[in-house]
Amino acid sequence: MNRFFDIPSDLQHDWLGLIGLHLREALLPVLAGLLLALPLAQLCVRLRWLYPPVLWATTVLYAIPSLAFFVVLIDYTGQTELTVMIPLTIYTLMVLVPAIVDGVRSVPQETLAAATAMGFGPVRRYAQVQLPIAVPAIIAGLRVATVSSISLVSVGMLIGNQGALGNLLHDAQIYNRPELAWNSVLTSAALAVLADVLLVVVRVLLTPWMPTGRSGGRSRGAGVRPDPAVPALEDAAR
Amino acid sequence: MIRIDSVTKRYPDGTVAVDRLSLDIPDRSITVLVGPSGCGKTTTLRMINRMVEPSEGAILIDGVDSRQQPVNTLRRGMGYVIQNAGLFQHRTIVDNIATVPRMLGWSKDKARARARELMERVGLDASFAKRYPYQLSGGQQQRVGVARALAADPPVLLMDEPFSAVDPVVRKGLQDELLRIQAELGKTIVFVTHDIDEAVKLGTMVAVLRTGGRLAQFAPPAELLSDPADAFVEDFLGADRGIRRLSFFSSAGLELLTAPVVAIDATAEQIAARGAAESPYVLVTGLDGRPLGWSEPDRLTAGQIDVGRLLACGRPFVAGQDSLRAALDCAVLSPTGWAVAVDHEGRAAGVVSQDSIAEAIRGAHAAGREEPKTIKAGARKVIR
Ligand SMILES: Nc1ncnc2c1ncn2[C@@H]1O[C@H](COP(=O)(O)OP(=O)(O)OP(=O)(O)O)[C@@H](O)[C@H]1O
Ligand SMILES: [Mg+2]
Repeated sequence: MNRFFDIPSDLQHDWLGLIGLHLREALLPVLAGLLLALPLAQLCVRLRWLYPPVLWATTVLYAIPSLAFFVVLIDYTGQTELTVMIPLTIYTLMVLVPAIVDGVRSVPQETLAAATAMGFGPVRRYAQVQLPIAVPAIIAGLRVATVSSISLVSVGMLIGNQGALGNLLHDAQIYNRPELAWNSVLTSAALAVLADVLLVVVRVLLTPWMPTGRSGGRSRGAGVRPDPAVPALEDAAR
Repeated sequence: MIRIDSVTKRYPDGTVAVDRLSLDIPDRSITVLVGPSGCGKTTTLRMINRMVEPSEGAILIDGVDSRQQPVNTLRRGMGYVIQNAGLFQHRTIVDNIATVPRMLGWSKDKARARARELMERVGLDASFAKRYPYQLSGGQQQRVGVARALAADPPVLLMDEPFSAVDPVVRKGLQDELLRIQAELGKTIVFVTHDIDEAVKLGTMVAVLRTGGRLAQFAPPAELLSDPADAFVEDFLGADRGIRRLSFFSSAGLELLTAPVVAIDATAEQIAARGAAESPYVLVTGLDGRPLGWSEPDRLTAGQIDVGRLLACGRPFVAGQDSLRAALDCAVLSPTGWAVAVDHEGRAAGVVSQDSIAEAIRGAHAAGREEPKTIKAGARKVIR
């Protein structure tokens, strides 16, 4: 068991240090992705014709393997965390943009009409009506993006020790210590599950207005999407 | 006063939704826009608060073009109520109602206090305040919608089929509530519906629109029922407009007979005397004066009247308050063909036969012909 947490010194971090690093490399891209996706999604809502090409573009970007990004980026940003985080940020867009667009569009027509009739300008209407009502859909998107990002950070090991917990996989190989590989996999999985639970808690706290449970009241078809499964884990293979 | 001055709305795709419509909407009364689906009712309503801009013509508010003031100022001075209420699902009931006051810069406490006051006015229990819309029934949500529209005390209320998504019983309750609120607050209400009964019940003035957004008739409901402008309006009013028109005639003029009414403790002589009266049946009342049921006089034995053997007298009408329509309805439903009239306390005030109701109807029609505008805009109507 001791050997399980005995991290080789070439990684320059203990186990907790690696976890901190991993979370930073995984979550900053999600945050950056969200900040990019919000205005992009709003543009797509306002200009309907823009949505299909944007969707297409994010999908194509998602299809580019991270290795290809690294090859290009390494000339500019070197063997740094940034080189890992840029592609991760781009990947989140493919999930977050449609989540936000669908969320904002799920606001019922009569709610929008009521807001307009009460004298809401477009900015106030977006901030006080559309965005809060889109929160469940946005968080559903964030859950997928976060879990996927946590599993993807590991590929950073390809550019030399930038994969946080992923670097353990490499070390497991060179030092012939399989328990390090187990550590890497189990710890990332635990982080993913934890982050996901945390987001669910945030969602519950932010949306006391949502019908709770199966028995809970009348849903007005607010277009709340079912919780995402964790298809993102499949991305670990990338 | 809101004046719609020969307004036309042509949508970008060429649809003419409203065609040279002119209406003078009187203050402090309910003006109903009614017509078949797609005739431009919503478009007309939304042109009043400029959610839709007219292509031609103008809308004047107290003589001033509505385009003179900033659009959001205009809108905050007009409450707006729609089908399914359009509540903010992410806000509690008080906060939904407090929305416009908050926007107008009221403090949170003052706005919420106002919201609670309005909840009471629209008949919502205070315990709903902290709930969210999904926890309310459709009818309750609709009440919140009305309260929200009233929150900043706007002089004008625009209502677009507000009650069409609730069941008939709840709808009737909401309609009565609206009439009560209107009587108390004296708002200028423009009310859109496709239900002619609702229009007749609520409207001080009713504008019937036809497809293509043209005005077919603009008149008080009684006049609409008595003198439809053309075949379209007549058709739209439906088959039983003659009966419905009776709603506008008071039952006050009916001649009530008190002779055929006996109390349950009546003596043999009293029963015999009643038996000789003008009707084949006598109405037995309880000691409190409430009607119990009908009987043939010779089946009654003094001191031994069995309530269980009386013929049911059904629902009575309130003399003077209910309309001739209600009185006729009672007579038609009564097993004896006689209607029972009661006073405000529910005590029997007398009985009246179908024949004398028919007489009263003929009289009312005759009076109506001589003086066709007896029921004017603003006059309170008898609804039942
Ligand atoms: N934004 C729009 N663009 C084009 N045509 C429209 C638009 N809104 C409404 N119309 C058309 O204008 C006409 C009147 O529409 P409106 O919504 O005012 O009808 P309505 O009387 O309220 O009908 P309903 O009783 O079904 O609500 C209809 O033929 C409708 O198809
Ligand atoms: Mg409509």
